[in-house]
Amino acid sequence: MLVRFFTDLRAGGVPVTLPEFLSLLEALEARVASLSAEEFYYLARMSMVKDERHFDRFDRVFAEHFEGAEKLFEKLVAELPEEWLRQLTERLLNEEEKRRVESLGGWDKLLETLRQRLAEQRERHEGGNKWIGTGGTSPFGNQGFNPEGVRMGQGGSRHRRAVKVWDARDYRNLDDEVELGTRNLKMALRRLRRFAREGAAEELDLDGTIDATARNAGLLDLKLQPERRNAVKLLLLLDVGGSMDPHVKVCEELFSAARAEFKHLEYFYFHNFPYERLWKDNRRRFSVATDTFTLLRTFNPDYRVVFVGDATMSPYEIEEPGGSVEHWNEESGRVWMTRIAAHFPRLVWLNPEPEDRWQWTPSVEITRGLVGGRMFPLTLEGLDRAMRQLKHRAV
Amino acid sequence: MTRFTGTDSYVATPDLMMAVNAAVTLGRPLLIKGEPGTGKTQLASEIARALSRPLFEWHIKSTSKALHGLYEYDAVSRLRDSQLGEEKVHDIRNYIMKGSLWEAFESDTQPVLLIDEIDKADIEFPNDLLRELDRMEFYVHETRALVKARHRPVILITSNNEKELPDAFLRRCFFHYIRFPDADTMEKIVRVHYPDLKQELLREALTTFFNVRDTPGLRKKPSTSELLDWIKLLLAEDIPPEALRSDDPKKTIPVLHGALLKNEQDVHLFEQLVFLNRRAGR
Repeated sequence: MLVRFFTDLRAGGVPVTLPEFLSLLEALEARVASLSAEEFYYLARMSMVKDERHFDRFDRVFAEHFEGAEKLFEKLVAELPEEWLRQLTERLLNEEEKRRVESLGGWDKLLETLRQRLAEQRERHEGGNKWIGTGGTSPFGNQGFNPEGVRMGQGGSRHRRAVKVWDARDYRNLDDEVELGTRNLKMALRRLRRFAREGAAEELDLDGTIDATARNAGLLDLKLQPERRNAVKLLLLLDVGGSMDPHVKVCEELFSAARAEFKHLEYFYFHNFPYERLWKDNRRRFSVATDTFTLLRTFNPDYRVVFVGDATMSPYEIEEPGGSVEHWNEESGRVWMTRIAAHFPRLVWLNPEPEDRWQWTPSVEITRGLVGGRMFPLTLEGLDRAMRQLKHRAV
Repeated sequence: MTRFTGTDSYVATPDLMMAVNAAVTLGRPLLIKGEPGTGKTQLASEIARALSRPLFEWHIKSTSKALHGLYEYDAVSRLRDSQLGEEKVHDIRNYIMKGSLWEAFESDTQPVLLIDEIDKADIEFPNDLLRELDRMEFYVHETRALVKARHRPVILITSNNEKELPDAFLRRCFFHYIRFPDADTMEKIVRVHYPDLKQELLREALTTFFNVRDTPGLRKKPSTSELLDWIKLLLAEDIPPEALRSDDPKKTIPVLHGALLKNEQDVHLFEQLVFLNRRAGR
């Protein structure tokens, strides 16, 4: 049963490895957890899930797998009254099974076997192989000891808690495939920051050492200096207005927070698609704008470029001169995008729309082609992929 | 073996107790994550106190190397001593300084070792500790000696998620995520720290605190430790509970908010919200 749980976890997207599973068994053997479903849940989680992002997935698999298992735990703890057993079997077994039961030596003998087996199971259970075991060969049929089968209809009173820990799904917004919200924006920023800083070592300051040693009358005096960090320069291009309105909030949060994290960070806005002008102040966009050529000249190719936009528009806005919805553009969006992509080898496009919807919008597909497939959803996981992508040059 | 159940100054949730006890029993490192200010670092000293074990601390900086925790060979001072013709230069052991891990390995009773903020170090740092954490032994190349732990220490590792930790490292640890305490737990925590606090003041303070925390868009949400500081301030200033209570907590800025909101954008945002709420309320 536990082995299946393990494979289910892996199928459910929780990266569990065999040593981790073995360490859970080891912990069970060492009797760290007592006989309660909750403790088992905590123990399983702490030994097999190593990242809070996966807690929610774990909870889901756990709930599915051990539905009703709380009762199984209770059953193992309690001494079983004979009457109760008889009722149980009578309720569970059909006529034919009952006949088979008779052939095995009648009720009394069977109950004896059952009690033995239960005792056995408890011992084994304490020994560590919780839930793995005797069930299959029992004359009662596995159902009898399966949580599904032993639903005795005693109502809610047997539950100790109204909501089970794993059913509460408290960790939902730590999962990295959900869209960015306020909570996980912070996580998103950490990813950005991780990308921004890399390597922090000290190196020998040769000149300083020679100088200090000389002053020290030839006695060695080492000087170290912090290694120069490869500060990441980032250029943020944000889509505002129009179809982006529902996403503007998310983008702004990400953006305002990102500003504190990067030292070299420049940002510009565009509407729907970048053309010959970009602007910094959305209110004065028509009076104070930056020529895109100036942008290309100002920022050298080692800037990394992040577009944030849903790229959802009419394909004409990309393909045709004059396609822009708010002004006459001499050259098409495609031309401008190609220029930008050629100038900045490290470039990604973050799209707040869910990834599975992209293929239904032609303009998204066109844009995706223009940025060389480097379009990522605005989720933690997407952001991760995007940041990894940004480290490398164009595909 | 005694089990860890929290201490008189530290409230542990059932899942945390389970995590600590499992780590102690199986001698496996326990990785602790969680929001800042939820008592990650404090946990180690509380465990050491509760189980009466010696505590060794190793605080990680961005320049820390895994070797620093084991030992450091001070080649420079040896070179200098050789120039000066000192006698002790002949024995290399004079220049090997033990790190916290070594000291923990040498402890007479099972010690508690805290490796604080492991994510601050370079990305390769955890990988360099794999063998040490797994086998609890390491090799000193300079003296060609193998150092083995006398008792497997209880190792607590805290992380603030600034860097992703390598899988090989994670596999060897147990993991616990300290959630932000809910209102009930929070009340217990405050009680532990201020047993004489009046019920009324406590309730008002907690209401205000959770209101501030729920404000959308805060850059730095106040944490448990900030709440405790704030209550300390309230007590020191002798603020009556009525001062915290207004008709609607959203309409006023809490007194002494400086303890809860730590940057001017947040204070500003909060003021604006209060202003908007007040206007909407009229």
